Amino acid sequence: MKRLTILLCLFGLSFSLNAQGDLLSILDEEQDEEVNYTSATFKGQRLVNGHTVVTRKASELEFLISHRFGRINSGIDDFFGLDVANVRFSLEYGITDRITAGIGRNSLQKVYDGFVKYNLMRQASGSVSSPLTITGLSSVAIRTADNFDFAEDDFNAKVSYTHQFLIARKVDEKLSLQLSPTYVHRNRVLENQENDNLALGVGGRMKLTQRIALNAEYFYRLTEEQTNAFKDAFGVGIEIETGGHVFHLNFTNARSMAERAFITETTGDFFNGDIHFGFNISRVF
Amino acid sequence: MKTFKILFVLVLALLAVSANAQGRYLTRTGHIKFYSHAPLEDIEANNNKVLSIVDLSKGQVAVDLLIKAFEFEKKLMQEHFNENYMESDKYPKSTFKGDFNVPDGLKSMDDGTYEVDVDGELTIHGVKQPLRTKATLKVANGNLTGALSFNVRVKDYKIKIPKVVVRNIAEEVEVTATFEYEPYQKN
Repeated sequence: MKRLTILLCLFGLSFSLNAQGDLLSILDEEQDEEVNYTSATFKGQRLVNGHTVVTRKASELEFLISHRFGRINSGIDDFFGLDVANVRFSLEYGITDRITAGIGRNSLQKVYDGFVKYNLMRQASGSVSSPLTITGLSSVAIRTADNFDFAEDDFNAKVSYTHQFLIARKVDEKLSLQLSPTYVHRNRVLENQENDNLALGVGGRMKLTQRIALNAEYFYRLTEEQTNAFKDAFGVGIEIETGGHVFHLNFTNARSMAERAFITETTGDFFNGDIHFGFNISRVF
Repeated sequence: MKTFKILFVLVLALLAVSANAQGRYLTRTGHIKFYSHAPLEDIEANNNKVLSIVDLSKGQVAVDLLIKAFEFEKKLMQEHFNENYMESDKYPKSTFKGDFNVPDGLKSMDDGTYEVDVDGELTIHGVKQPLRTKATLKVANGNLTGALSFNVRVKDYKIKIPKVVVRNIAEEVEVTATFEYEPYQKN
């Protein structure tokens, strides 16, 4: 019986002690665990050439100007590539927080493109936990310049499609990584090329300071073709962010900014000096 | 005799608990707004999930909020706020803890409006700073509400504003808070 009394006394004491506890610790206990969605895995919708998992939020409009100069190793005649420029303009709009659609125009081969991006899964911690952000991308590109390599260059021959799963993880505050399994279908190709191409993109972003980051991206082509004229696209870039603007200073062996072209038809050899310098300038309204 | 003892202890214990719980009021849906007025841009953000508790018997108050629960009109701005300025993954919370004088009418929850001086410590971005401000506590039909506003100097909390956006973000941000408290029962 004595024990019971002591126990009860202790119980009473602990209760009152607890209730006297710091108000902040009471609030800490009362705070429900929220879903903590990972933000800013990447700062823009492009890493170097390829798409990131990022979509625009509902009713945000992004105006993106990208361009690539000619090859740096083209020498003084072309002023190290600066005489030649290839430009892509696009408008990309967030229909909902998870669906973004865009249209663009590339000066190279006069290509018009359109894409839809859908965010399937968001990396999160807290009451809901998920390790990855996954976004699907489908794009169609229509070339309007003539290609005299084809015997018959009808409309059908000018169309190509790209589908990607973009899978990313923000590893920590500074480092984000992405895998981009890619399927490219070209309606018409030369005899030594394949219509259907698979590729695996890998990329990452490393924050150097609060506003400057280093981006890198590589597309490994999985489909073998008879021709060996083409190389894997590789690119590195410095990213500078100021408020609503994101600037990329890119160095890449790819000349084009259309998925079909840079993934399957890059001709430059990066380590041989076939490097195109260029900018991506993004403004979100 | 022993049964008596037990009863006595039990009653004491219960008394202790109820005495302590008395005078405490809590809210989970407190509202905090901040407003930044700068030459180029006015920025406003709202948080409707602020936790706060007051203890009228001791004259203490505490506030606890998640930085990521602040909502901006522009989502991109919200991302920048969390990522570049508040570093919300590193410092997810902001808290306040303070003391205030309790007027007699307030202690007994008589209807009326009471001006009190709050003196405490505000923690934002992992930096703790003293804060002294006036608050209005109002009792109507047994319901307690609180309201206060004060200014926060961004620099005091080591929040860096880069030169390029210096004309977009104010050096001093106006914070307004309203709380509708309910009696707090410990579960």
